[in-house]
Amino acid sequence: MSTLPLAVSRRRRRGVRHTLDMRVSPYAYVAPFFLLFCAFGLFPLLFTAWVSLHEWTLLSETQEFIGAANYTTLLADGYFWNATFNTLSIGVLSTVPQLALAIWLAHLLNRRLRFQTLFRVALLLPNVTSVVAVVVIFSQLFGRDFGMINWILSWFGAGNIDWAAGTATSHIALSVMIMWRWTGYNALIFLAAMQAVPRELYEAATLDGASNFTQLRRITIPMIRPTMIFVVIVSTIGAMQIIAEPLLFGQSSGGGGGVATGGPDRQFQTLALFVYEQGFANSTFDFGYASAASWLMFVAVVIVAGINFLITRKVKGGLV
Amino acid sequence: MTPRIRRLGLPVLTASVLALATACGGGGGGSTAAESSAKPGEKIKLTVDLFGDFGFKPLYEEYKKTHPNVAIVENVTQFNDHHSNLVKRLATNAGAGDVAAVEVGYISTFTAQPGKFTDLKQYGLDKRQADYLDWKWQQGLSKDGTQVLGLGTDVGGLAMCYRKDLFKKAGLPEDRTEVAALWPTWEQYIETGKKFAGANVAGAKFVDSPGEILRAMVNQAPVGLYDAQDNIIVDSNPEVKKAWDLSNRLTQEGLTAKLAAFSPPWNTGFAKGSFATIICPAWMTGFIQEQAKDASGKWDIAAVPGGSGNSGGSHLMVPKQSKHPKEAAELIDFLTSKDNQAKVFKEEGTFPSIPSLYDDPSIQNFTKPFFGDAPIGKIYSDAAKALKPQHLGPKEADVRTAIGNGLGRVEQGKQSPDEAWAQVLEDVKKIK
Repeated sequence: MSTLPLAVSRRRRRGVRHTLDMRVSPYAYVAPFFLLFCAFGLFPLLFTAWVSLHEWTLLSETQEFIGAANYTTLLADGYFWNATFNTLSIGVLSTVPQLALAIWLAHLLNRRLRFQTLFRVALLLPNVTSVVAVVVIFSQLFGRDFGMINWILSWFGAGNIDWAAGTATSHIALSVMIMWRWTGYNALIFLAAMQAVPRELYEAATLDGASNFTQLRRITIPMIRPTMIFVVIVSTIGAMQIIAEPLLFGQSSGGGGGVATGGPDRQFQTLALFVYEQGFANSTFDFGYASAASWLMFVAVVIVAGINFLITRKVKGGLV
Repeated sequence: MTPRIRRLGLPVLTASVLALATACGGGGGGSTAAESSAKPGEKIKLTVDLFGDFGFKPLYEEYKKTHPNVAIVENVTQFNDHHSNLVKRLATNAGAGDVAAVEVGYISTFTAQPGKFTDLKQYGLDKRQADYLDWKWQQGLSKDGTQVLGLGTDVGGLAMCYRKDLFKKAGLPEDRTEVAALWPTWEQYIETGKKFAGANVAGAKFVDSPGEILRAMVNQAPVGLYDAQDNIIVDSNPEVKKAWDLSNRLTQEGLTAKLAAFSPPWNTGFAKGSFATIICPAWMTGFIQEQAKDASGKWDIAAVPGGSGNSGGSHLMVPKQSKHPKEAAELIDFLTSKDNQAKVFKEEGTFPSIPSLYDDPSIQNFTKPFFGDAPIGKIYSDAAKALKPQHLGPKEADVRTAIGNGLGRVEQGKQSPDEAWAQVLEDVKKIK
């Protein structure tokens, strides 16, 4: 008589433990990531928002609450808008040709080739080189007096271009550096997606007499749409945050200007570089202002990424 | 692209902000400096943070002979990074070296924070006052003058370096006294430049860029970017405007090679002989020798237009967070001693800030074959003796950046000098 309830309660206890295990364990498994994310992602984000509401510099011992004053100053600051324009301009100039090139490269590699692995590794090589090395070398290539690109252009009668001095030219130079590092990386992601596209589709299309380009346009691109959305979003976010390239280009191009001003006319100062200038390169170390700029930059990233998401999703309607 | 940058940037920002907060919380805890110093014979390591080659390496070896328990590690960082790192490390109370070099453009920024540095008087270094040029000594004191925060290394008395071979090609005199006679004033310097440009020497301009020239001209004035009360007076000081106008005339006459100082293309310019003159504070001679290795004997040094002035020069300071302030102070005393400043000058070209050396025959008669046996000891002694000290403000570096950007915009053809000047004044107004 007494054994029955015991067994029941034991079974019930085991049942509770089992349910608990089923319900809670998954959260425990993902907890490390979220704890780290809170410490290094969420907390800084919120704390930056808090800092942005203060007159907060590294050097002063006190911080005064000033509400949205940093934001209103920022919205009236021509240099902030100049940086926003530069960021968008460099973003478009680098991302659009880059993704087109990446799809084309992936398409070329998505067939039986000798030394396939060699080509794929070669694609990734520019990505593993240090950004410092890339920018220093490209700054020399784009040099005004003794640069290789001007030397080649001189064969065609083009004058000595001062790449770092002009707004458009400096944006082109920076876009080339960014494309050099990231085209191969994106091509590999596209290639992985393309390999999941069933071969039969291409065989059928070939039988129907579809050209290589038509196959790319009508089969490959619609079939890898999810990957494209991913790559476009990630590239957009990356493009909005470019800092290393303009920072180092400014220092190694000989055009002068402050450490983080992106040329004397701020012709290639990006948003992230603007934040760095305000927070770290000026001897004021204006954290409050830099934090406000960071937050506006965050908002800009969300908006631009959102627009791109909508556009990329539309691609589906056009092609399928 | 670089999706990781922001993720990296925010934590770094916050980490420093956080550390700042804790630093402030722990502030005012009183100095434990003296008691934490090493016991006799204990092995200690001293870190020396510099922004270039100060020529200290042979001195460390010598120092170790008399101080076998001391190991010295030298960290060299690029000029701007060095100073902004120091600010960050002081604010976060971690990471600064035992000895930190501070260039004169930043010295007021740091002496305005006496709480962050060790008062070297504690270790008897006020005895060195008699050795120094008075103004150099004053620059290393706290604002109220009660604490000795930094000891000077060198001063940057001005001269003008020029390429004899290029001058010859342009039909200009080569001898340094004749060259000096060409340009008693900056206006005459520009006229000489026009003659040089008229001769069309292939691949060579008259001067590297207007930036350092403007700095020199401002430094020659009795009052520069700041008045004695630490107000920025860029908009009201006629000397600054005059320097601005003259610098832009160099650009407008097409006399500059448009090579910003210390950039890689500027370094290449030395090797290729892209410019015929360069403003030459004493420390610049070391630079030229390093960059233009193949041009030995082609460079020479003449007097600077417009009278004497000081550009550059440094101090050595001991951040309060150093665990071995006593030993660090002793090391500074050694590195800045009269004999060692003389030694460093002969190797690196940085000129001593100790006036009793200026009449010393070993300095007076010192020549350098690289500069065509120019009597650089005498040239820079004369320059240093004639120096009129100028008051420097806490944000010198930012003001100079704003002005430098303006010159750059004119040089790159983006703006007229007047437009650029208006923007400079706007930028300067924003400096807090």
